[in-house]
Amino acid sequence: MTALLSVQGLSVSFSTYGRTVEVLKAVSLEVPQGAQVALVGESGSGKSVTMKVIMGLLAQPPARIHAGRIMFDGRDLLTLPERERVALRGTAMSMVFQDPMSSLNPVWTIEDQLTTILKYADRRLGRDRDRRGRRARVIEVLAQVRMRDPERVAQSFPIMLSGGMRQRVLIAMALLSEPRLLIADEPGTALDVTTQAQILKLLRDLVETQGLALLMITHNLGVVRETSNYVYVMNKGEIVEEGPTAGLFAAPRQQYTRDLIAAVPRLTGRVTS
Amino acid sequence: MTVALEIRDLVKTYPVRNAFGRVSGEVRAVDGVSFTIPSGGVYGLAGESGSGKSTIARMIMGLTAPDSGDILIDGTSILGTRDRARVQMVFQNPGASLNPRRTVGQSIMVPLVAHRQSGDHTGRIGDLLDMVHLPRHFTDRYPHELSGGQKQRVAIARALAVSPRLLVLDEPTSALDVSVQAKVIDLLEELGRRLGLTYLFISHDLSLMRNFAQTVGVLYLGKIVETGPADQVFERPEHDYTRLLLASVPVISAEEAAMRPVIPLINGEMPTAKDLMALRAGLNAKETAR
Repeated sequence: MTALLSVQGLSVSFSTYGRTVEVLKAVSLEVPQGAQVALVGESGSGKSVTMKVIMGLLAQPPARIHAGRIMFDGRDLLTLPERERVALRGTAMSMVFQDPMSSLNPVWTIEDQLTTILKYADRRLGRDRDRRGRRARVIEVLAQVRMRDPERVAQSFPIMLSGGMRQRVLIAMALLSEPRLLIADEPGTALDVTTQAQILKLLRDLVETQGLALLMITHNLGVVRETSNYVYVMNKGEIVEEGPTAGLFAAPRQQYTRDLIAAVPRLTGRVTS
Repeated sequence: MTVALEIRDLVKTYPVRNAFGRVSGEVRAVDGVSFTIPSGGVYGLAGESGSGKSTIARMIMGLTAPDSGDILIDGTSILGTRDRARVQMVFQNPGASLNPRRTVGQSIMVPLVAHRQSGDHTGRIGDLLDMVHLPRHFTDRYPHELSGGQKQRVAIARALAVSPRLLVLDEPTSALDVSVQAKVIDLLEELGRRLGLTYLFISHDLSLMRNFAQTVGVLYLGKIVETGPADQVFERPEHDYTRLLLASVPVISAEEAAMRPVIPLINGEMPTAKDLMALRAGLNAKETAR
């Protein structure tokens, strides 16, 4: 079976002030249809750059893509005309952003923000939906992310919602156009631990019930274990290790992964070796 | 064992104002909190946003005055005194707590000057850098030249400059990568042993707390709902909120997952703390009615 998303030998460098830094070195990864995959790395490992290249959000220059292909649903995203690329973004693949405090427009109601996004998504997909249809879809999606009172939430401004509810709105936003791939960038890290647990459970449930593929980008190994069954470990622009999540955590092969896992404090107390 | 820090029935309320600035009520940010830390001990204060943990830290630092209650260091109250050298603080984000226009040396010098300490400042700064395992020539560097972990080491050196008894650590590693976090925690433990420091460790990271603190207190809406030795609180949590917190921690091994309490799902979802408490209160009411 071919993967829904497949990144092959991706190399990217940044040029600033005459200096060139290689930030991705032949990165390859795959997200099969309906799979839950995580990309984990510390700051500066290149995980966010990888995400940006996939979404087509990387400014070029300063970045330059040297080599590699990004196949999504059988098409190479890097050679796709800009029009078609734009048509995919936020429709077939969409993204859940990290910071629910700054990713929403404070002067628009939730309904206004979601409707606007839906209008653009519909236009790109050539779908025809009237105002009432859009409103119905917005309420439906808010209910999908388990908002208790979707009608009221739709009329609210972001400041009236808690952090966890705002994060749900961001997930709803990503789900609006029925994407096949959801890319989540550290969702819940800005939230309290109990709220984060709710958000992770929600993402897991959504992915399972809707058959979405999930690419989870995070620095938190615990989040990796909670949300994925296959994991890629990144360090200094390279994938250093990959494998099924449980197996990789139980028996890491590379020294880097071993050190990373050993650095995580355990709920069970000290690991005495 | 002597007591380094004693907090007695601390209360702090803030007025709640409506849109026109009129006081419409009050919120009890800290609601009768008491605890003690033995000399050389590490006390972990766990809680989520709004639990009052930062307000407690601010009161210990003398940045906010409590409504009532007392704070004693080595048996003497520090309220109303100007003697602040015995308590110092390490802040969460070293990128924001170091002045970008001061060199490392100048930053570490600030408390020495503020507390009018005499003597060889240059030598003292060098000694402090040694203590946190940074090379002495870092004294001339600016914060932007340092990594996150190095910046936090500088912040620790600055806090140690006036030889405090107690360090308030407010999420000291939450801005750092895990591998860097492990090294900073190792450093804090080493310094604690060597200098006989007492720590108040404030964090939302329960796994880290388990490994660093000997005693923990769980704060919820301004009250300590559960307290005890770390092993006891983590292995046999009694309060529902503690259980919910532990159940929420993302963990990396099956052993850890097994020790997380099982929380009843409400409508297929992890309950919020408020819902769980309401559910429990309802159950208790039913039992009493019977």
